[in-house]
Amino acid sequence: MTGPSSGEAVAKASPGGFSWLLEQRVLLSVAVLAVLPWVLPSQALAVNVLIYGVVVMGYNLLFGYTGLLSFGQAAFFGAGAYFTGIAIGRYGVPWFAAVPVAVLLSTCLAAAIGIVSTRTRGIYFSMVTLALAQLVYYVALQASSFTGGENGLRGFTVDRINLFGLQLNFLDPINKYYVLMAFAALAMWFQSRILNSPFGAVIEAIRENEQRARACGYDVERSKLIVFMLSGAISSLGGCMLALHLSIVPLDILHYQTSGMIVMMVLLGGARSFFGPFVGAASFLILEDVISLWTPHWQIFVGAIFVLFVLFLPKGIWGTLLDALRVGKARP
Amino acid sequence: MNGELLRVEGIGKRFGGFVALEDITVSFAAGQLTSIIGPNGAGKSTFFNILSGALTPSSGKLHFRGSELNGLPQHRFVHRGISRSYQITNIFPDLPVHENVRVAAQALTVSYDIWRNRARLTELHARADAALDSVGLLAKRNELAKFLSHGQQRALEIAIALVSEPELLLLDEPTAGMGPEETKEMVALLERLAEKRTVLLVEHKMKMVLGLSKRVVVLHHGRLLADGAPDEIRSNPEVRRVYLGQSEGYG
Repeated sequence: MTGPSSGEAVAKASPGGFSWLLEQRVLLSVAVLAVLPWVLPSQALAVNVLIYGVVVMGYNLLFGYTGLLSFGQAAFFGAGAYFTGIAIGRYGVPWFAAVPVAVLLSTCLAAAIGIVSTRTRGIYFSMVTLALAQLVYYVALQASSFTGGENGLRGFTVDRINLFGLQLNFLDPINKYYVLMAFAALAMWFQSRILNSPFGAVIEAIRENEQRARACGYDVERSKLIVFMLSGAISSLGGCMLALHLSIVPLDILHYQTSGMIVMMVLLGGARSFFGPFVGAASFLILEDVISLWTPHWQIFVGAIFVLFVLFLPKGIWGTLLDALRVGKARP
Repeated sequence: MNGELLRVEGIGKRFGGFVALEDITVSFAAGQLTSIIGPNGAGKSTFFNILSGALTPSSGKLHFRGSELNGLPQHRFVHRGISRSYQITNIFPDLPVHENVRVAAQALTVSYDIWRNRARLTELHARADAALDSVGLLAKRNELAKFLSHGQQRALEIAIALVSEPELLLLDEPTAGMGPEETKEMVALLERLAEKRTVLLVEHKMKMVLGLSKRVVVLHHGRLLADGAPDEIRSNPEVRRVYLGQSEGYG
């Protein structure tokens, strides 16, 4: 967390066209996501970038902007997916209502985990989040009458949706992509608002210097709990999207390996940058796709690339790129 | 301006078996600059940490503007009107200078607002700029705090403490690590600050303290050794023995 400048803050400070562009970050990001299915090798890959991008973006609020290294973000990703599936399959809730219900319930879960974990610091915080997320995993494994146990949750297929009288075939990958993209856009708009708000400044101050933030008059523990819940809420929306997309919820998404993958994605793309999570999710998934074509041991290579990134590009792909552009602009 | 602002009653602090402060009773009037001096280990920093809420006293009471401060969490102290700077520079290094001060200004009003755009809260921007102007840093407002010189960082630290418009400003060795030129500028700044508000100053540099303060409190081994005008302190034999004599010409 000792990387140089805070990207957004510097951009605001320096006048010029580039900072104006950055202020339109939500629109720009949505525009990039809109062409994704036509650029990437497969539409399935594009949908996954969308879903993991949202999950990682939520995590970035906690890790990148507040500096809290959680190893339990999979709990909220999974909770969003399971709650959506259970609401639709078991209780017959329509899909558009199931999503907000699932996000709300996941936020409550984040509050519960946050109340315990945000009292600790550093490595203890990481370990407590990891342990509590594993607890959620085992609950999902054991409560098989609700969750389907290790077979995963099934039986809640959403095949067509009614959009203000317009009947859409949700099994068509392009329709599905753009409906899910609307959720991603909503999440980006919300995250951008948080980052621009007074509270967005508080979490950056806490990351920079917790002691000073407290001396300035901030209730640090309460702020950490709030950001933990917001982060969980956004990541859980990614889970809802996954459930709608796959029509099953695999138990694996609650596993700590998923939490580890989320951490890797944010570091690959660039923590503390707005679009970095999507770049990170895309690069990770593309690497996985490409390398697993010629070897089943793709994780060795992805792991090696990850290590190189941490050593030589600590700001990730997107963070480094933004810095390069900014330096270019600063020269006369 | 002359009412009692802060009363410290029998304050003591123990760390395990070690007694850092014992039975300190002293009160501070509004609108005065008072210095707290003493040799290393005298308990000055512990005293400051208690006054700013970072440490809870083991015994005794704090009264500020007639109400008790005991048991209040540290972050509430600023809301009551007590603000501090630190001996070791304590700023937000990776944020721009202006944001360092602006974020401190917003603590009193809109901490948990996740909805409004903070760029549009122009009053906070203006207050931050005014605080930067008062410490002579307005020209540096867009630079990252970590790129400022040591002296400028010390001044920034004071601006952060100042922007909450505290009734009581606690400054812990504001000239620590400064050269003579920077010290001179800081002294001028302290004089300006003391015109308008109550300032408590912990300092090592004797000449500076005696020239600047209206009143000096001397701590030694966690106890109150002397309390009076600079001239009385200068001629107090006890003080000369423990502090002044051994460091003639110090600072």
